[in-house]
Amino acid sequence: MGSHLLRGTSALMRFIVQRDRLRLPLWLLSFVAMSCIIAFAFTGLYQNDAERQAMAETMRNPAMTAMVGPGYGLDNYTIGAMLSHEMLLMTAVVVGLMNILLLSRHTRADEEDGRLEMIRSLPVGRLSNLLSVLLVLFGVNVLLAVLTAVSLMALNIDSIDAEGSFVYGFALGAAGMVFAAIAAVFAQLSQSSRGTVGFSITALLLAYMIRAIGDLSGSTLSLFSPLGWILRTEAYVNNYWWPIFLTAGAAFALVLLALYLNSVRDLGSGFLPVHAGKPHASKGLANPFGLAFRLQRTGLIAWAAGLLLIGASYGSVLGDMESFFEDIDLMQQLIVQQSGFSITEQFIPVLMSVMAILGTIPVLMAVLKIKGEETNGRLEHILSKAVSKNRLLGSYVLLAVFASFVILGLAGLGLGGVGILVIEEDLPLAMFLKAAMVYVPAAWVMVGIAVLLLGWAPRFTGVMWLYIAFSFVAIYFGELFQFPDWVKKLTPYGYVAKVPIETVDYAVLSAMAAAAAVLLVIGFMGFNRRDISQS
Amino acid sequence: MMHMAVLKTSGLTKKFGEFKALDGVDIEVQAGEVFGFIGPNGSGKSTTLRVLLGILQATEGKVEIFGLDAWKDAVEIHKRVAYVPGDVNLWPNLTGGEVIDLFIKLRGGKPDGKREELIRRFDLDPRKKCRTYSKGNRQKVALVAALCMDADLYILDEPTSGLDPLMERVFQEYVMEVKAKGKSVLLSSHILSEVEKICDKVAIIQQGKIIESGTLKELRHLTGTIVQVETKLPIAGLREMKGVSGVTAEDGTVSFQADTEELDAIMRHISAFGITRMDSSPPTLEELFIRHYETAARPGGGG
Repeated sequence: MGSHLLRGTSALMRFIVQRDRLRLPLWLLSFVAMSCIIAFAFTGLYQNDAERQAMAETMRNPAMTAMVGPGYGLDNYTIGAMLSHEMLLMTAVVVGLMNILLLSRHTRADEEDGRLEMIRSLPVGRLSNLLSVLLVLFGVNVLLAVLTAVSLMALNIDSIDAEGSFVYGFALGAAGMVFAAIAAVFAQLSQSSRGTVGFSITALLLAYMIRAIGDLSGSTLSLFSPLGWILRTEAYVNNYWWPIFLTAGAAFALVLLALYLNSVRDLGSGFLPVHAGKPHASKGLANPFGLAFRLQRTGLIAWAAGLLLIGASYGSVLGDMESFFEDIDLMQQLIVQQSGFSITEQFIPVLMSVMAILGTIPVLMAVLKIKGEETNGRLEHILSKAVSKNRLLGSYVLLAVFASFVILGLAGLGLGGVGILVIEEDLPLAMFLKAAMVYVPAAWVMVGIAVLLLGWAPRFTGVMWLYIAFSFVAIYFGELFQFPDWVKKLTPYGYVAKVPIETVDYAVLSAMAAAAAVLLVIGFMGFNRRDISQS
Repeated sequence: MMHMAVLKTSGLTKKFGEFKALDGVDIEVQAGEVFGFIGPNGSGKSTTLRVLLGILQATEGKVEIFGLDAWKDAVEIHKRVAYVPGDVNLWPNLTGGEVIDLFIKLRGGKPDGKREELIRRFDLDPRKKCRTYSKGNRQKVALVAALCMDADLYILDEPTSGLDPLMERVFQEYVMEVKAKGKSVLLSSHILSEVEKICDKVAIIQQGKIIESGTLKELRHLTGTIVQVETKLPIAGLREMKGVSGVTAEDGTVSFQADTEELDAIMRHISAFGITRMDSSPPTLEELFIRHYETAARPGGGG
């Protein structure tokens, strides 16, 4: 290919690395750290063969096959086998997501915002941008593979050997490459970054579902999904390399397709038809609440569906809890031993607390969206109309409160709805819902703190994400590592009753709601007093 | 009530930390008046407008619209105000039509049925998502939403900066229509000629201070004419003439600034030297500022 297509590729590659000099290392570090921490945690949780074999037995059910893939190495369930069986697919999905987001950011998003036009007005080849993004991402995926492999080996765990670690690492890397390539094709087909990300994530979910159906039915259907391929590596058990070569080969073929499509289209255009939008606003889009909802509708629906699914998948393993816990001493630290309650009942509040903290993320996003609107200069439009600051901020708070009910309710419904089908005891669905809803006031306190920051220190709203992360560590690992009690009391979730093993203290719930209300009032006062700024 | 100002600021000062963005700004807009607010980029135009809208709070001074406080009574005021921001950022996933309807509804008023007409005149496709709009088209969305409202005060921040000359003319037509109905318009710009075409009164702001204000006639001493002339014989005694300033000569072309009142006498004088070519143009904002500081620096000079 001539220089008119590829000139400037290496300069653009350096530029991309420079733009993402923080983002890329952070992504890489999180993945490597996650794999290592989990592998390390497994050695602590399952200290002998008997405990590991007990775990292997609970893996022999269709729900686990659907979630993490077909079992392999279950007869000799070493730490390595456990790691690749339970973690490879989930990690690969997130690696795929990272690649999709990064690819869209440097291709369609730049094109949409006109930045690519400036690049293309320079003596730079027509394919240089797409090729440089793909080369950088492929490099990142190879780096991810090598770093993961080397770090896992450095843990010095018997069953985590060199070859297995490289197979594991490169399985992740190959998954990343193929989803970067899929996103590259969609970046040519679709005309917007939103479309690129949307189609690519749909492809990712489809790949997951096709694999789940194929694995459940034991058919060859799984071989039509890249995620199905990489599971066939069976790292640390059989160490097959062919799925990695197959996946990488498919990625290269898709890259050629993307480059071809890029070479025959105009800048700014796509191949998929663009449908004209609505010339008039619907009735719902007539007030600040309608706008706040409309802007976040897709995201909130996705989160709600996600929490329902997570609840359902937790519910599907509730049936195996009793046998699982009888065998493993250490896992019992996760739950408070309490006489008169079954292990299943004692496990419900642990699952609920995790889902409640996770479910607070979309609730906080709903209210903090106003910050992004302010930064992008769009609050000006609303406030220059007959809309007060109270009504504007109130709309976002109302949406968050609404989301807290729906999302936590759905998490409880998912857990209970599937749970009662698989457990032998007779636990009412209402109890599951109650276990979920007791967390609603805690979520409100988080909303209250967010509004307090919005009113008085809008620059520091990002602190909320650290606080959520802290809450998760304090509550979830607090049980496991037996933190002192006061650590848990530093987060609102530490005051919530553990339904069904504890009775609900309505005075505490009312106090939390009251605290949330006070925080909201103070936050609103600050919001009314301060300037609306544009970064 | 006849002479109550629609908009009035006195001693308006806005500080961002230590930085004084506005320093004692006094402006007054009457009913039925088109008021031009001009100044270079970063002079404080947008900050002033955002204080007027109660989006920023004045550090000192009084800001009143319809006799109400711009900060405290913002919502009440906004029921009768239409605003077009200087930098129109819209929601990428809503269509232009949806945004226009949303703005109309948020203002609480009823559109006076001009929505479709304005969309047609400004040649806007309301079915497209805002992400696909150019700067000019985003500005059209905000203009359509503002102009189809029956407001009493229109606050427009550089509304034509993204429009082509054809659309600019459509815009000016609508401003005249609004004015004819006795409504007021506050229009900011950094282009002097645009303001001259449609404004009754003008205030010039620089570095947060109003340096000149008044009717266009009152500002005539600032808005003289730039004349470039070539003559058969060298012009004698031009520098000494009343109303002539900034004389330069290059390659046989003489250029200078002529006060409008003295234009007649100056032209008579020059014509005696045999004019072969002549150009005249209104001064640019830059020339105006230079002139302002020249006159301000002269003892007893105007300002």
